[in-house]
Amino acid sequence: MSILLNKRTKLIVHGFTGAQGSFHAQQCIEYGSNVVAGMTPGKGGTEHLGRPVFNTVRDAVKETGGNASLIFVPPPYAADSILEAADAGVKVIICITEGIPVLDMVRVKKRLNALRAAGRDVTLVGPNCPGVITPGECKAGIMPGYIHKKGSVGVVSRSGTLTYEAVWQVTSQGLGQSTVIGIGGDPVQGMNFVDALKLFQADKQTEAVIMIGEIGGSAEEDAAAYIKQEMTKPVFCFVAGKTAPPGRRMGHAGAIVEGNAGTHASKVEALKKAGAKVVDNLSEIGAAVAAALKHRTKTRAARK
Amino acid sequence: MKLLEYEGKEIFERYGIPMLKRHGVLKIGDSTEHLKLDGAGPWIVKAQVLAGGRGKAGGVKLAKTQAEAREITGKMLGMKLVTHQTQGRALTVEEVLVEDACAIAREIYISVVLDRKEARPAIIASAEGGMSIEELAASHPEKILKVPVDIEAGLLDYQARQLAFDLKIPQKNFSAFTALAKQLVHVFIDMDASLVEVNPLIISQDGRLLAIDAKIVTDDNAMFRHKDQAAKPDHEASEIEKEAKAIGINYIGLDGDIGCMVNGAGLAMATLDTVKMAGGDAANFLDVGGGASVDQITRAFQIILKDPKVKAVLVNIFGGIMKCDNIAAGVVEASKKVKIGVPLVVRLEGTNVKEGKAILAGSGIKIEQADSLWEAAQKAVAAAR
Repeated sequence: MSILLNKRTKLIVHGFTGAQGSFHAQQCIEYGSNVVAGMTPGKGGTEHLGRPVFNTVRDAVKETGGNASLIFVPPPYAADSILEAADAGVKVIICITEGIPVLDMVRVKKRLNALRAAGRDVTLVGPNCPGVITPGECKAGIMPGYIHKKGSVGVVSRSGTLTYEAVWQVTSQGLGQSTVIGIGGDPVQGMNFVDALKLFQADKQTEAVIMIGEIGGSAEEDAAAYIKQEMTKPVFCFVAGKTAPPGRRMGHAGAIVEGNAGTHASKVEALKKAGAKVVDNLSEIGAAVAAALKHRTKTRAARK
Repeated sequence: MKLLEYEGKEIFERYGIPMLKRHGVLKIGDSTEHLKLDGAGPWIVKAQVLAGGRGKAGGVKLAKTQAEAREITGKMLGMKLVTHQTQGRALTVEEVLVEDACAIAREIYISVVLDRKEARPAIIASAEGGMSIEELAASHPEKILKVPVDIEAGLLDYQARQLAFDLKIPQKNFSAFTALAKQLVHVFIDMDASLVEVNPLIISQDGRLLAIDAKIVTDDNAMFRHKDQAAKPDHEASEIEKEAKAIGINYIGLDGDIGCMVNGAGLAMATLDTVKMAGGDAANFLDVGGGASVDQITRAFQIILKDPKVKAVLVNIFGGIMKCDNIAAGVVEASKKVKIGVPLVVRLEGTNVKEGKAILAGSGIKIEQADSLWEAAQKAVAAAR
């Protein structure tokens, strides 16, 4: 088992014929993901990368049974693209686009919440994220596929390259990942840490979770509260931005210390209090997880 | 982008938000004769800098006569200002605003913010204005009011009334206040802002409700639909930062001496943290982006080396889709184009890392290689000493 994506996932790529969409869709296909359709308004009826292109998501879903969307549409149109996927009944929507206006995402969240309140099952991941991968089954995003390996460590992160760094360390330790989720670096986003932790906690394949946070907002503090109350699986954390100057956006739109809110110290303290293992040195996170999992395996073997 | 007080007030003006009469904004080099000081005075002279706490630092002064207003203005232009929000750095006062002064009877705090957790705007207000809202939030959280705002409906009439009653706004100013609160929300939404703050909003001794200060922060991602704002100068960014932005590189200048070039914002932040842990201080945050082409790497080196503080450069690249051998070739190519007179430490990881390391080793350029971020940070710190 894994979360969000698996072998049965049928991907629809939005912005399929653009430079970014083409390149990354090709990479996903080469990895073995089941890309069933592309969506570019005005190019319906054509074929691209050996896959049919549709004018609307509704048509793509109807014709191919697509159940997940991967969005590469430019920032001014990306919010609309998310809502089009949701309206067409797509259940997992992954938005890679960086640079969507925050208030556009506020409007998107409002509509998605209304859909959910009406009983619809829809999950948004991102925007401004590397995507989601279930190693060996489905890659929906821009992450390099080969650094991943099927395994038991769930990874959730606000940063792209930091995710790769953590994943690579895990793989280098001889371990693998159940699913890796980049939730993105924007202030208003779809899935948050708590949503991801809930899925990992319920997933049988996942034995431990790596959570990579950064300064800004309170997602790490919220995650800490959840870890304390609900998580029985070990959680390993790194929080980037300890030395970032206050009031400056550190690359990601959401990575900013505003007044006393969103500081590195408050996040680390909350996570430590909740019983998560927080590493100060990013280079140690893979080894920390490996040590804990090997210890668990040994104690389990001893019990038998 | 953070707007200066007078830029915010120009926007407020369009929304009919009541303010004191402004008599002009002077830049360094402008003659103080340009001030149109009509009326009887007194006037208030305000340094236009992007930091709170101006008053205590001498950036807000009262002038009783026209001559005094011109004299204070002249002295304030070019003055260095250090406030509790500038982290010890001095800001140069490049512009000064002169407006009518007035006697204050009551100060109120009001702002529209983005509530990240709830994914919607919210009004934050307090009957006690004037001071730092962060201090108030820490000492008296019960004195802070929060009103959720629907992005499409704006602030509803009953919400504005409720807020006015909670803040004990006098009958005389009641409708002016509810109108102002609704208009601040309009400014926030129309401008794609992440913050619209009035601190203080006052009731003057002669009974007027007035916005004394204006602080607006807009969303850089929404610039494409605000062409007029996009054309305005960014007061917060330094010259190097502006130059980097123009060529698509995300650069923030810092105080240390180790120049950093990293791909990805998260990894760039983590690199600064690791340098600190190794006993050094980074000279900058720099994200070369996902592509990291020869051209981009060359430009990134040029930007980093413009900072005279830089004593060593640390390159930390995780090659994903972009392969390490291409990145290594880029570093070699770039170092031929740019004279790098300081030690260079490179840490490559990811796709084709062996080939990449071989290219660096065989290039004949003096490069110290490292296998992990931790090792790279330690080597860079040692090299900078």
